[in-house]
Amino acid sequence: MDAKTIDEIIEKYKNPSGMVLGILEEIQNINKYLSKDALIYVSKKINVPFSQLYSVATFYSFFNLNPVGEHIISVCTGTACHVKGAAEILKSLEYLLGITKEESTEDSKFFLTTHDGCFSLNAARCFGCCSMAPVIKVDDKMYGYVTIQNLPKILKEYGWSKK
Amino acid sequence: MKITSLEDLENIARKGLKKLNPDNKVRISVGFATCGISVGGDDVFKTFKEKIYERKLNNLELCKTGCIGFCGEEPLVNIKMPGKSIVVLHRVTPNDVDDILQKIENETYEFHKAFFKIDDWDHVTSKIHYGDGYENIPKWNEIKFFKPTKRVVLRNSGIINPEDIDEYIAVGGYRSLYKVIKSMTPDEIIEEVKKSGLRGRGGAGFPTGLKWEFAKKEQSDVKYVICNADEGDPGAYMNRNEMESDPHMIIEGMIIGAYATGATEGIIYIRAEYPLAVERFKKAINDAKKYGLLGEKILGSNFNFDIIVTEGAGAFVCGEETALIASVEGEIGRPRLKPPYPAQKGLWGKPTNINNVETWSNVPVIIAKGGDWFSKLGTQKSPGTKVFSLVGKVKNVGLVEVELGTTIDRIVNYIGNDGVNNGKIKAVQTGGPSGGCIPENLFNTPIDYEHLAAVGSIMGSGGIVVMDDDTCMVDTAKYFLDFSIDESCGKCVSCREGLKHMHDILDDITKGKATFEDIDTLKELAQTVKVTSLCGLGKTASNPVLTTLKYFYKEYEEHVKHKRCFARVCKDLIRYVIAKDECTGCTICAKRCPVNAINGEKGKPHIISQNVCVKCGICYDVCKFNSVKKLSEAIGGEK
Repeated sequence: MDAKTIDEIIEKYKNPSGMVLGILEEIQNINKYLSKDALIYVSKKINVPFSQLYSVATFYSFFNLNPVGEHIISVCTGTACHVKGAAEILKSLEYLLGITKEESTEDSKFFLTTHDGCFSLNAARCFGCCSMAPVIKVDDKMYGYVTIQNLPKILKEYGWSKK
Repeated sequence: MKITSLEDLENIARKGLKKLNPDNKVRISVGFATCGISVGGDDVFKTFKEKIYERKLNNLELCKTGCIGFCGEEPLVNIKMPGKSIVVLHRVTPNDVDDILQKIENETYEFHKAFFKIDDWDHVTSKIHYGDGYENIPKWNEIKFFKPTKRVVLRNSGIINPEDIDEYIAVGGYRSLYKVIKSMTPDEIIEEVKKSGLRGRGGAGFPTGLKWEFAKKEQSDVKYVICNADEGDPGAYMNRNEMESDPHMIIEGMIIGAYATGATEGIIYIRAEYPLAVERFKKAINDAKKYGLLGEKILGSNFNFDIIVTEGAGAFVCGEETALIASVEGEIGRPRLKPPYPAQKGLWGKPTNINNVETWSNVPVIIAKGGDWFSKLGTQKSPGTKVFSLVGKVKNVGLVEVELGTTIDRIVNYIGNDGVNNGKIKAVQTGGPSGGCIPENLFNTPIDYEHLAAVGSIMGSGGIVVMDDDTCMVDTAKYFLDFSIDESCGKCVSCREGLKHMHDILDDITKGKATFEDIDTLKELAQTVKVTSLCGLGKTASNPVLTTLKYFYKEYEEHVKHKRCFARVCKDLIRYVIAKDECTGCTICAKRCPVNAINGEKGKPHIISQNVCVKCGICYDVCKFNSVKKLSEAIGGEK
């Protein structure tokens, strides 16, 4: 991400309240993750120590410090989804995408990316869509009443094919 | 245009009413909250748009509305013909659109997906007669789901277009703001809120009027009000719906609160997981500013107040006021000791008043109808209504707003199950991860702050998750601990380490590796974490463990003594087998098994190799003949 874009984002946050989270979120929305360079640049620009930005980025589950796949699949693991089988959905997705939980990331958040970089899989806390449990989200689209059987159909919408 | 007089407000109200209840146009509104969208509401909307264009229907208005609360029946579509009642259609798909439009064109109106109708609607801040007709369709309040409800917070949800400020004004919106600015002193407002008896809807139940009074008493050049919209309770989503369906009621409440406490800046701290709510808030704020209801010289007075939206970043603990403040300041969200309370030293060290979404939503009503009116709802100690999200193993999932003091049974069995599945419900879990599990024999407990505490749970933000016999209570306790560990900020030892040890013990229990001594340790740890943690997260994280131990001890006993899981949930205590006589040899299970544990010839019974099976359960789910069995056998016995 170039400096100009970051400058423009910073410019939007004149009010100190919510500034740090707001800037980091906007950068991540565009870039999908927070690179070290971007964090260093922001730190200098807004005069907040790098250590603080780093602790913020690792504390909140929203931020990723590593590049992510083209499509991000988030499985809701809220209570309603848990009761309705979110764990099995997650497991099936790991299987379908050919990735397993064993690999862990630098910030120890559960975020798995396929080798071809097409998909990233993670577990989300709750989308507040509990009435349609179990729920998954692919990029910005939410899918309710998901079953293990219709997972391949959803994945195919994003260019997945069975190996 | 800036509104300065009651006349201005009435003019806009008339404009809004024409959109909301047009007398010469057909209005179709599609439920466009996240719940509706996730099951195809957006496709329905899109199809309507295309088909209306194709059919050149000029006399037809298509708009979005929020969610009326019956999420299990989404996508919902409201049809409003001039002079007629609103007809609400349920489970609408894009395929229904042609038929619906055809009927509107032919004026036959026999919509086959008609669910209920609305003749009159009490918006609380006003009443509107929408129309009559449709003898064969039941009225909304004749449906069991709505019958026992009392809509105060959800007064406009599902009816008005949340993206249109005119419609909010049409149903009596911003009149309370007008009233306080033109005719009330801050002390009078606080007195009215105190009289109402409103208690914070974030969970702790602190009297709102008192909280405001503390903030008002402080002397400072800058004061803040914050709307805590960081609804993180898994299983609770009422705040999301309230924000998406009626953002202006929250904004109006905040402006009134700011005026009463002397605040000049407002912050809505909202979860990043709720992008639609963020978007609608931003639009609502801009629209309110354009009308001079927010910003400088509100309604022509000398009162200035502005609101900004700050997005959270996925940390449950930020629902705790002091952690939320740290988060807004750009720090990691760790709570701190109170006092000083936020009312004394809050955001940037200034007096700050934080209330939950639902608390703010009640404020305009209290001003419009009076504190006395409000205090008569609910119970004496817990006045008013509360929105609960009823989810899990229940037929009618959705948002239920009832007067406080309504029993669990009424909500779960009458509203939720409608007589179906009655005997199967085992427990409900209230109050999110820090709440407790309440067994069926206590379902006559009235829901309010005190009664729930008495049975070991909390009201929290109002999630009610229904569990049936397929839910293992030990696994449930483990699930919540898992959540609390993940979301613990790590500041105090008892929460950081204690919860982890508790989790390890629970894990051993679910694997059949624990002893009764471990259960004693678990109990002791749970008590310790409860009394020694600093903030609400740690103090309440033990609740699921303590309540399940208390009410479902038998399940713990089964796991420890017989290495058996009644609900057949705990992976290490179950196995999958294929019933020889029932297997048709269709091979689907073998094809879908991720580890190739299933073998057999086509057309002949298959076998699962127990030493290869990872118990993912895919075979169980894909088998069309129910020949895959899930077993959990006690030592020396079959279940």
